[in-house]
Amino acid sequence: MKIYIRSTGNISPQHSLDKDAFFLSRIKTSGNFFKSLEPDYDKFVDSKMIRRMSRIVKMGVAAALTCLRNAGIENPSAILTATAYGCLEDSSVFLRRMIEFEENMLSPTAFIQSTHNTVGAQIALLLKCHNYNNTIVHRAFSFENALTESILLLRDGMNPVLVGAIDEITDDRHEILSRFGLYRKPEKTTGNIAGEGAVFFLLDKEPGNNPQVVLTDLQTLYKPEDTGEVQKAILAFLQKNDVDIEQIGLVLSSHTGNEKMDKSDNIVLKSIFQGKPNFPFKSLCGDYPTASGFAVWLAVIIIKEQRTPTWMTELKLPVKNIFIHHNNANTHHSFFLISAV
Amino acid sequence: MSGQIFVAGLGIVSAIGNNLHSNFQSLCEEKAGIGEMQWLSSIHREELPVGEVKCSNGELAKATGLSSKLPRTTLLSSIAAREALLDAGWKNNQTLRTGFISANTVGGMDKTENFFKLFSKNIKSGRLADVVHHECGAVTELVADFLGIRDFVSTVSTACSSSANAIFTGARMIRAGVLDYALVGGADALTRFTLNGFNTLMILDKELCRPFDEDRHGLNLGEGAAYLLLASENGLKQLGKRPYACVSGYANANDAFHQTASSPEGTGSFLAMKGALENAGIQPSDIDYINLHGTGTQNNDIAEGTAIRILFDPAFPKMSSTKSFTGHTLGASGAVEAVYSILAIHHGIIFPNLRLITPIKEFPFQPVTVCLKNQIVRHVLSNSFGFGGNCSSLIFSAT
Repeated sequence: MKIYIRSTGNISPQHSLDKDAFFLSRIKTSGNFFKSLEPDYDKFVDSKMIRRMSRIVKMGVAAALTCLRNAGIENPSAILTATAYGCLEDSSVFLRRMIEFEENMLSPTAFIQSTHNTVGAQIALLLKCHNYNNTIVHRAFSFENALTESILLLRDGMNPVLVGAIDEITDDRHEILSRFGLYRKPEKTTGNIAGEGAVFFLLDKEPGNNPQVVLTDLQTLYKPEDTGEVQKAILAFLQKNDVDIEQIGLVLSSHTGNEKMDKSDNIVLKSIFQGKPNFPFKSLCGDYPTASGFAVWLAVIIIKEQRTPTWMTELKLPVKNIFIHHNNANTHHSFFLISAV
Repeated sequence: MSGQIFVAGLGIVSAIGNNLHSNFQSLCEEKAGIGEMQWLSSIHREELPVGEVKCSNGELAKATGLSSKLPRTTLLSSIAAREALLDAGWKNNQTLRTGFISANTVGGMDKTENFFKLFSKNIKSGRLADVVHHECGAVTELVADFLGIRDFVSTVSTACSSSANAIFTGARMIRAGVLDYALVGGADALTRFTLNGFNTLMILDKELCRPFDEDRHGLNLGEGAAYLLLASENGLKQLGKRPYACVSGYANANDAFHQTASSPEGTGSFLAMKGALENAGIQPSDIDYINLHGTGTQNNDIAEGTAIRILFDPAFPKMSSTKSFTGHTLGASGAVEAVYSILAIHHGIIFPNLRLITPIKEFPFQPVTVCLKNQIVRHVLSNSFGFGGNCSSLIFSAT
């Protein structure tokens, strides 16, 4: 069974809602975090409803609605939402008030919006969609596991499936993760940059009118012993899908600019993908556990458009297959193969 | 023809017992575990009864050898998950694939609360060790590492229906042949965050909760963890064990009505129950027992009861809400009640709905109020409905 990626909707630090702008210019950040370019949400949802939504919900809902509009679908058979951190802003607000007012005089709004399934629930509510609805919250495998479940749902006859990944940067998240030493120090030019984004895909087992891109396969690898195990897993993955290195037009890698973290990715590139065009996708969206959603979007749009973004080294067209290696902190590896139909 | 999904092992820790056997005994003896909080620290101690697991973090840690500094949800999860594996006689096997799909809603929030006490005053303070396991997924991974499961590890979080969704994610993976074993369920510890959150919604009963009673005043929060080891036919053969039951049907629907409230006609509940019956290929009249979501709030019990009335009229199966024993264990509740549903099949016992005095007037049925033994229980429907309209129903059947 082929899994067609019929449409996408992406709110990210790049011009991802406007493909021409995206191919033309790339946004860079001078600081150590990358926030999304947020659209005018009134174009997506009634302004009264928008005012009640938190930022992560707005981003998620707008990305999901864009994706459905692009496919001309009103109601999917299933909505799957992936988020590693959930609705952090509302969690922080409720937590801070609870501590400050010593468990007195609290209002329910922030609590209500803090549950991890808020984005998926709000999408269902807006669409009046009573169909299957699930939220996966498994760190850097959140999106991967949601995709895996989507494939099983498609096989079980639920068609099409709306699946997406959302995570937000908040002041508290950035402060805390910075204290863990995760991000680039102000005076340095190397090191990770924090990121965020909301991206949705409409997966379908029917080709639709204009099929262009398929999700050939994905696989996760949890806590490998060493880089050798990662290499072995990638080779087995390619072999299982009957794809030669020669047939891969682009490799999207997880390089973050943190030398220590990038070491394993460098070994993989040199040993398996020597001479292949490679692009570090986190340089566009920043580093966060569900950044693989952005990587899949990037692969889809390059295959669909069959052109090279002006800011990327010229690709040999047509690009038939794009391989994504998502690596989060060397504990969570995942591999994706996105292909032209 | 898709294969059967067998329940080969069970594990549970809740307010009414620290293992499967003690939970079963408390159910049979009609002993609830809800009362004044002893381990959770909150200004609401004397005002809001809760269903706590009767152990300190130190005692829970000692039982597993894990650090007592880990989130309480991790400690609860590790105890129940290990019990389910031991019960099934599961061993880590190179040739068969095992997944761990666990649900929770609070993650390491109990520790994050400590962190924020200092952090909210000064962003450079607070022990980082207290937030390192904040994520829901972190809780699952600590337990996966403890158990040695690596093939597939995932976390589901859909509020109060979380672990029901974890159960049928695993069931679907076994049916699809992706996994041979799936350890599925969920855990949630009581935290100030959730207690105060539910308190702001004004749906907590200051007395012991009375699900499906005309004079019900809300829910009591509880905590716990419960897991089922699901096995494929081949997986079951390797264990050489008689299964407790099989997972025969599941469905998930969204109420799409309101972020926290259920629609008065219980659209989501109705669709979930109807979908599960269709998935199992059985009729409403085949159901011998419904383990109700039955939180004891005005809104839930009316919505759920209305959906049951529409779907089952005129012949209503026996039913009860075991939240009257454990309180509402949130992300664990779907799995806690799945374990009770399976025990009902295995022992032929219908557990009662405690403290029910006046059944809800609108309904032509009422829950069971005493423990019924020597029953024939072939098919059990277990309901879990949550915030965000997430409604899930599971059907377990005798093998």
